[in-house]
Amino acid sequence: MIGDWLDIGPVTQISPGNARTLPVQAPNGENLEEIAIFHTMGGEFFALVNKCPHKHGPLSQGIVHGTVVTCPLHSWNISLKTGHALGDDKGCVPTVPLKVDAGRLYLLREAVIGAMAPERAA
Amino acid sequence: MTALHPIPTDRPERLIVIGNGMAGCRAVEEILARDATRYTVTIFGAEPRVNYNRIMLSPVLAGEKTFDDIVINGADWYAQNNITLISGDPVVSIDRAGQTVTARSGRTEPYDRLLIATGSDPFIIPVPGKDLPGVVTFRDLDDVDKMLAAAEKGGHAVVIGGGLLGLEAAHGLALRGMDVTVLHLMPTLMERQLDEAAGWLLKSELERRGQTILTGADTAAILEKDGHVAGVRLKDGKEIPADIVVMAVGIRPSTGLARLAGLEVERGILVDDHMLTSDPAIMAVGECVQHRGACYGLVAPLWEMCRSLADAATGTPSGYEGSVTSTKLKVSGIDLFSAGDFSGGEGCEDIVMRDAARGLYKRVIVKENKLVGAVLYGDTADGNWYFDLLKRGEDIADIREALIFGQAFAMGGGASNDPHAAVAALSEDAEICGCNGVTKGMVVSTIHGGACSLDAVRSQCKASASCGSCTGLVESLLAITLGDEVKAGPKTLCKCTKFSHDDVRRLILEKELKAIPQVMQELHWTTPDGCASCRPALNYYLLCAWPGVYVDDQRSRFVNERMHANIQKDGTYSVVPRMWGGVTTPNELRAIADAADKYGARMVKVTGGQRLDLFGIKKEDLPDIWADLNAAGMVSGHAYGKSLRTVKTCVGSEWCRFGTQDSTGLGIKTEQMTWGSWMPHKFKIAVSGCPRNCAEATIKDFGVICVDSGYELHVGGNGGIHLRGTDLLCKVATEREALDICAAFIQLYREQAWYLERTAPWIERVGLDHVKAGLFDDPEAVQHLAARFRYSQSFMQDDPWARRAKGEDAELHQHLAEFRPFPTMQIKEAAE
Ligand code: SRM
Ligand SMILES: Cc1cc2nc3c(=O)[nH]c(=O)nc-3n(C[C@H](O)[C@H](O)[C@H](O)COP(=O)(O)OP(=O)(O)OC[C@H]3O[C@@H](n4cnc5c(N)ncnc54)[C@H](O)[C@@H]3O)c2cc1C
Ligand code: SF4
Ligand code: FES
Repeated sequence: MIGDWLDIGPVTQISPGNARTLPVQAPNGENLEEIAIFHTMGGEFFALVNKCPHKHGPLSQGIVHGTVVTCPLHSWNISLKTGHALGDDKGCVPTVPLKVDAGRLYLLREAVIGAMAPERAA
Repeated sequence: MTALHPIPTDRPERLIVIGNGMAGCRAVEEILARDATRYTVTIFGAEPRVNYNRIMLSPVLAGEKTFDDIVINGADWYAQNNITLISGDPVVSIDRAGQTVTARSGRTEPYDRLLIATGSDPFIIPVPGKDLPGVVTFRDLDDVDKMLAAAEKGGHAVVIGGGLLGLEAAHGLALRGMDVTVLHLMPTLMERQLDEAAGWLLKSELERRGQTILTGADTAAILEKDGHVAGVRLKDGKEIPADIVVMAVGIRPSTGLARLAGLEVERGILVDDHMLTSDPAIMAVGECVQHRGACYGLVAPLWEMCRSLADAATGTPSGYEGSVTSTKLKVSGIDLFSAGDFSGGEGCEDIVMRDAARGLYKRVIVKENKLVGAVLYGDTADGNWYFDLLKRGEDIADIREALIFGQAFAMGGGASNDPHAAVAALSEDAEICGCNGVTKGMVVSTIHGGACSLDAVRSQCKASASCGSCTGLVESLLAITLGDEVKAGPKTLCKCTKFSHDDVRRLILEKELKAIPQVMQELHWTTPDGCASCRPALNYYLLCAWPGVYVDDQRSRFVNERMHANIQKDGTYSVVPRMWGGVTTPNELRAIADAADKYGARMVKVTGGQRLDLFGIKKEDLPDIWADLNAAGMVSGHAYGKSLRTVKTCVGSEWCRFGTQDSTGLGIKTEQMTWGSWMPHKFKIAVSGCPRNCAEATIKDFGVICVDSGYELHVGGNGGIHLRGTDLLCKVATEREALDICAAFIQLYREQAWYLERTAPWIERVGLDHVKAGLFDDPEAVQHLAARFRYSQSFMQDDPWARRAKGEDAELHQHLAEFRPFPTMQIKEAAE
């Protein structure tokens, strides 16, 4: 399993309550998509495709509370754990398995690429 | 691979244990208890002493225990059980083929079974100066002796790491008279065991005891003087003097020997459920192992591992399945407990109880009728009960309502299904509200007297009107007394609290609350870290209440305010530089045109607020475009903020044939006085040069209409969703008075309105008379309010674009890294 994890740097890059982005790029250098990496106040890390299931708002820019992010565009609440919209809203954004080891963050490589697949075909 | 199968032999098997620590010796005890004759045991220990209780090193440091008190197995135990102890002589290699181990002294011993129990090594952060004399770790008795020697001389101690070990070291050194500073990288102490709320309480308590706690402190170097440690420098340049530096940033399983011997090792030595390594003759136990993906750093799991190990080693395999752990901090007077998963989330329900008066915070996390986590601060008496429920995965549906009140209450006859039962059982003279000395009888008679809502009870008998910790009791009394007739209370700030906006604002001042976690604790928030509604509101209320003192919490700001630009539907941003009073110059226009070209603005638009808006700017480019606009003398237009937006003007007496006063000039002065202020909602001003009102001053939050004899001041207009014309506030003769009343009105609004309430709905709610009274009843009110506004502005008028262009909060604009999966794999680290 070890080799399949992508090291994206130390945990200290993202302070609790914040999120940062990881652009995944095509061969020509164009951004295909962004992954948003969240650090909750409770100290957990999550990775999701940075696109709200509603109208593609950048989730990384929302307010993080508990394990939920409130989308900055129209305030849908998205679960960081599952990517599902909460409450009455319906929709889901792909999540990317993330692990923390010895102070560094790792994303599951296949999932990063998998999350991009539809864009790649387009 | 299951358990060890016996080696057919007529002599006892030779068991060698590497590591004379807690797990190694406990494993031997467990084996002896099952079969005292099966093995002859030899134990190698790197430390030159007998087996002792490592966790009690903290009390030894604190002076509460001596080494003799913490010995687990003295020399007599080894003798009685025929165990050979080779101490002070670490094993340096294992020959798996020949089944022997060799120690540093050269001594070689053969084994039939080998047990590796080497524990962990403290992690040393790789900074310059890490090897200086005076830099110590906290792992064994030698470390404690070094700390005691330093404490003898007194002076400054710096502890790097605000986890369990670091805080226990800090506590010990502080008790020994040292001046202690704790440096912690994360914003919350013990963040892996505590949530933000409990971490904040812990930090406050340690600070009250005189320790200095620096969170978000990233060590850059350890400083030297005369060949000895002299201080620590942080990445932000701050230096802290130190006569001793304790590194307590974490531990790493000690796997060197196993790795060298070719055993399978990841983070720890890989073992199966019977603690067998990849070599069936070799077992491993304790902190050095990795079992089902987990490594442990506490003793409870080690005891469970040792039981399974002994079962397997004596022919009755049982199998270890992993442990759930709980944490306590051994700092006298601080009661803290955490267990399980407290991150909450989907399907999880948080039950929070806070008692500010007693400094209590309790939170249990329930999922599908099972307890999955608990964090307790201040009273940990129920910790073990919660931990037990958690480990057993017990169904708690029946006691759910009473769970947070603890075992005695939840299990106490009959109370279980009805949360009101315990309150009903209280005597008439039982005190309900400690702050205001209100008894149950008084509350009940107030309710009988017609108070049928929480708010009415609060205003009529003061119960729960102060700190609010008895709100739940008062609500129960309302429910018991009135049943369904209870009226809903006033609108609360959000679902996380029982308090209204006004109450929260009043209590922030009365109780001098100066941080978001402090408000949440003192006012008994029912969630651990609030929600997207209350965090921004609290951030604003604190900013308004404590100018220059409160540190803005960026995480509690809506994206536009955090990024100082308006987010657009495609995730790009729009940039609106300030154009004072709607007046611009060729130079400014050139700079805007250049910026539009350089950063590929897809549209430049004249806004409804008399200025230019550049659309389609990427978040990475924002600091650069701001730097360019700054260079041409322009600052942020705050088109994104709950703050002063624009001051719209008309040309006025300078050009217009009807103009009565210099409306453009007054507009610019007003904008210069008010820009940068944070408000409950956005705030717009306009100044028109005559009653023809070309600047539309009568639909602004504050509008000025110039007339021959002076200035008419209007308030509470809104041209937005619900059109509202202004109310005339007053008429004044001079610009000076107009500016003062503008400042005073804004401050009154800032101090009294609810967050996200514009002036129009605010005035509709409180009435124009209330506003007039606030400004004019006391002849000095205008001056006082204006002075408070100007004082607050002295901190706010600091162009946020300029600060960002200089590099502040750079990470908000930068990606973490880039990932290029096609066609070549190449990962680039984040630039800085
Ligand atoms: C750019 C602009 C439209 C334009 O192209 O002219 C604009 C654009 C937006 N307005 Fe506006 N308003 C703009 C002038 C106005 C005006 C006219 C004025 O200020 O004279 C009004 C009516 C006057 C008033 O506010 O009383 C106006 C009433 C609103 C409202 C309704 C406010 C209300 O109290 O009912 C909203 C919604 C809100 O604030 O919740 C809003 C919200 C917005 C937002 C922020 C929508 C949003 O939340 O994303 C738009 C952001 C655009 C952007 O990204 O820059 N905008 N908006 C104007 C910027 C003025 C400026 O220079 O700062
Ligand atoms: C100050 C302090 C306070 C703590 N407080 C708590 C607490 O409150 N609660 C809790 O649950 N846990 C606590 N712990 C953690 C707990 O002490 C450990 O989890 C436990 O000691 C681990 O046991 P172990 O046998 O795996 O390792 P250790 O007890 O460290 O034993 C390993 C031994 O192996 C020796 N060794 C290493 N390599 C070799 C070699 N090559 N040859 C020979 N010998 C070797 C080491 O010198 C050491 O003596 C605390 C730890 C410390 C340091
Ligand atoms: S009127 Fe509506 S669409 Fe137009 S800018 Fe304002 S908020 Fe956006
Ligand atoms: S795009 Fe996220 S809520 Fe609309």
